[in-house]
Amino acid sequence: MIVAIASGKGGTGKTTVAVNMALSLKDVQLLDCDVEEPNVHLLLHLNINEEKTVYVSTPQVNEELCDHCGKCGEFCQYNAIFVSPEKVLVFRELCSSCGGCVIVCPRKAISEEQHRIGALKCGSAGDLEVVYGELNVGEPMAVPVISEVKKQIKSDKTVILDSPPGTSCPAIVSVKRSDFCVLVTEPTPFGLHDLKIMVQVLKDMEIPFGVVVNRAGIGDKKVYEYCEEKNIPILLEIPHRRKIAELYSKGVPFSLEMPEWKPKFQKLFREVRKLADK
Amino acid sequence: MKIGVSSSGNNMEALVDPRFGRCTYFVLVDSESMQFEAVPNLAATSGSGAGIQAAQTIAGKQVQVLITGNVGPNAFRALSAAGITVITGASGKVREVIEKYKKGLLSETREPTVRGHFGMGAGRGHGRRRGQ
Repeated sequence: MIVAIASGKGGTGKTTVAVNMALSLKDVQLLDCDVEEPNVHLLLHLNINEEKTVYVSTPQVNEELCDHCGKCGEFCQYNAIFVSPEKVLVFRELCSSCGGCVIVCPRKAISEEQHRIGALKCGSAGDLEVVYGELNVGEPMAVPVISEVKKQIKSDKTVILDSPPGTSCPAIVSVKRSDFCVLVTEPTPFGLHDLKIMVQVLKDMEIPFGVVVNRAGIGDKKVYEYCEEKNIPILLEIPHRRKIAELYSKGVPFSLEMPEWKPKFQKLFREVRKLADK
Repeated sequence: MKIGVSSSGNNMEALVDPRFGRCTYFVLVDSESMQFEAVPNLAATSGSGAGIQAAQTIAGKQVQVLITGNVGPNAFRALSAAGITVITGASGKVREVIEKYKKGLLSETREPTVRGHFGMGAGRGHGRRRGQ
């Protein structure tokens, strides 16, 4: 079973929920798909046992073979290729590595070169298996690194997947094909605004979901009213407590120091499983 | 000489569109005869690389000089590769900027004048929104 933890708004507590839930269950694989700012590993002391470089393919044009017909540029939906009468320019940061330009070139003037964009790391913290990706600074395409992380999924385990914030490609590709999505929000106008967008995304993707309210007690009641109106289950509330914040600031998953939370995360998971089976 | 102007309308009396990649039209003018042709800019709604696509459009029309408000780095690279002279900072009607150019009142730009995504407007995309 694959459970994605997502939010829309950043900083609501996705990683906190993902890590504490993972530590409260058995036989878990935890994936950090927030490859731009991975931080699951900051809360867990990992033994890294495998590291891999992640590459993407981008076109390289042999000007001696090219007759500047322009077919590659016309084909490219991302406008990553510009063809002037004398020269072809490749804008690598716009390329999504589909390889279409190589296929459409009538003179076989385009080949693909491998470009390093990030790394994949696999490790463990006790019984917990952890995989995370790191996108190199300045690289605009997070999706290929996220896809590499997701290739490591072991479907016989309980897979918990920490998604990046936002509702664009990196978030979509992270939650894709999960059995359930836990949306972590905070009870503020900002949390609600971005929660609504993510709800729309998940409805379109036909992924069942529920809400965890983090920092309960701050803000207003609008998130609760919204969930009631839309029949969205609120699966757990984590109160706004100094102790939880202090543990977080020291890089300690709070359920380790506050053991009364383990059964609550176990109950959250049981609830998730029930709703996913519906 | 064929001059391309980024324009908000399809004629010589329309105002110059300050955006290059996402302007509505290109008005292409023959500087001797003052005959013109208006070409819709298909890149205006492009998800990414609008400046590059727009440069491809006007390069395909054998434009030698481009007059616009601003160009971003990718568009500037493409226009330079195609040997197109770029003039920025233009405003007013298309006819007026052509006249100014012919009198030598406008000078060539040697570098991009804005960062990428200038013409996209605010509020696009749903980024990280951390700590808001």
